[in-house]
Amino acid sequence: MAPICISSAKPTHAPPRPPPQRTDSWSHWLRRNFFQNAGSAVMTALALWALFVTVPRLVRWAFVNAVWYTQDAADCHAAAGACWAIVPEKYRVMLFGTFPYEEHWRGVLVIAIVLGLSALSTIRRLWSYWLCVAWLVATAAVFTLLLGGVFGLRPIGTHEWGGLPLTLVMFVGTVVGGIPAGILLALGRRSKMPAISALCVGFIEIVRGLPLVTVLFMASLMFPLFMPEGVTIDKFLRAQIAMTLFFAAYAAEVVRGGLQAIPRGQYEAADTVGLNYWQKMTRIILPQVMRIVLPSMMNEIIRAFKNTTFVGIIGLFDVLRATSTAIQDPVWVRYSIEAYLFIFILYFVLCFAMSKYSERVERDLAVGR
Amino acid sequence: MTDTAANASTHEPIVELRGVNKWFDDFHVLRDINLTVGRGEKVVICGPSGSGKSTVIRCINRLEEHQEGDILVDNVELTGDIRRIDAVRRKVGMVFQSFNLFPHLSVMDNLTLGPTLAQGVPQQEAEQRADELLRRVRIPDQARKFPGQLSGGQQQRVAIARALMLRPQVMLFDEPTSALDPEMIHEVLDVMTELAEAGMTMICVTHEMGFARKVADLVVFMDAGEVVEAAPPQQFFEDPASERTRLFLSQILH
Repeated sequence: MAPICISSAKPTHAPPRPPPQRTDSWSHWLRRNFFQNAGSAVMTALALWALFVTVPRLVRWAFVNAVWYTQDAADCHAAAGACWAIVPEKYRVMLFGTFPYEEHWRGVLVIAIVLGLSALSTIRRLWSYWLCVAWLVATAAVFTLLLGGVFGLRPIGTHEWGGLPLTLVMFVGTVVGGIPAGILLALGRRSKMPAISALCVGFIEIVRGLPLVTVLFMASLMFPLFMPEGVTIDKFLRAQIAMTLFFAAYAAEVVRGGLQAIPRGQYEAADTVGLNYWQKMTRIILPQVMRIVLPSMMNEIIRAFKNTTFVGIIGLFDVLRATSTAIQDPVWVRYSIEAYLFIFILYFVLCFAMSKYSERVERDLAVGR
Repeated sequence: MTDTAANASTHEPIVELRGVNKWFDDFHVLRDINLTVGRGEKVVICGPSGSGKSTVIRCINRLEEHQEGDILVDNVELTGDIRRIDAVRRKVGMVFQSFNLFPHLSVMDNLTLGPTLAQGVPQQEAEQRADELLRRVRIPDQARKFPGQLSGGQQQRVAIARALMLRPQVMLFDEPTSALDPEMIHEVLDVMTELAEAGMTMICVTHEMGFARKVADLVVFMDAGEVVEAAPPQQFFEDPASERTRLFLSQILH
């Protein structure tokens, strides 16, 4: 007789139905998240105590006892809270630095153009050929406004540029120039031609091995020593080039990571349908790479924005440097914390907006994959 | 069962491998391969994994470089010369085991990108050609979808259509059904059979022995980088000459 098989399965007779409702009351949630065990309860108690000690004092300082507006610093001295009045008092120096006072409206327009067009660029529906045209027009407008010398605008040298317009132009220039340069460096690094590959590896490794401050010092102090007599390159431009190359080296490594994630089959398929190297890269490989590296590239872009504060060291008046100049005023100098907090909020809002935007693009691109 | 298309075999070789040798580092992966494929003929290459069968067909469109011997495709000899490689790739279509569709492009763009960019075919004409081919591989209504939205069998049929877009003279298939679920294999094989009946020259690496029996003019068995046996399917399956072939067949035919 054959051995008896005890394995069995019953045919199912169940139509599909919705999942069971989660019964999760708020007291249950509280216990699960904050009072799971003794250790967790102690940590919760400590955290509550720390909040109890700090938050009311912070609120009293920042809001209740704060002076929001005054033209007399003595009012601030009399009050126990924050002196936000320094912001309306000094905002023109903080936001425009050394930019000539009566021409500040030009700086305002530049800020409006750059931020406005950036905001428009985040709308996916508007992504088209016309957006590129708009950016080209905007670039021309920004430089016309900043440099002047045409349409009856007073000429302004780049040594007079400052504040938020300088920060924004430096940042956009760094990213717009740095990403293509980074892509070329990453492709060059993988080149089969040893000279090109060595050149790219050398550049990337040297730049990554240097602090940004040194790169800026070299651009600002050493570079002029190598130039022939009489040839000078504008300080702003030198800083811009240094920032761009620095960003490009990091962008190159980000792109390289993405290139390595593309399966070999994609290259082979592109070869077999007859595409040449540049067609293969621009149509097949790089679009996929840029999707993959979007989060880490956005990280580098946000870092590049914050890195613009380094140009203050070589004597350009970006927002941060302009602010530290603004608070030199002996009457207001004791309220520098409030001024820096204002700048901190400005940087945070811009960086946070970029970060949120990158999250949304990631979500959009995930559709259809 | 027999090939009845008018433009079938003309007894003129279109692919020729003469004494081809290749090494991966020190590993001798192709040993003195000689293979001639006539225009309109269908050759099936089989053999155990690691036998070099994929490498052979990848050499034919220079995805792999051979170190010794000659490879001629439609009288063009493959050398390091990029123009010759391009010329050969225009004559040869390839279908991969893992489809290798471009995931970021729609099915239509997957098909039209090659002809429009590489051959300068106008977009409208390329789209017409694509519609025609998608009908032929029986997925006429998926042109706007992305590869990730299709089943494996549909993706592979899109890949076949894409390879046909350049109007190749030879089609290479590198294990086209090995990555597919069993219920999808036949839809791909049906398309390949139709293509064969239309007179296309085909070189297929596959373990689908039913397909080989039905379609092939020649079945080649490779093992350890060598061609062990090459015979028409009748003889290959009924009366193989070599012991290695017999062992292989007994393993895959159950």
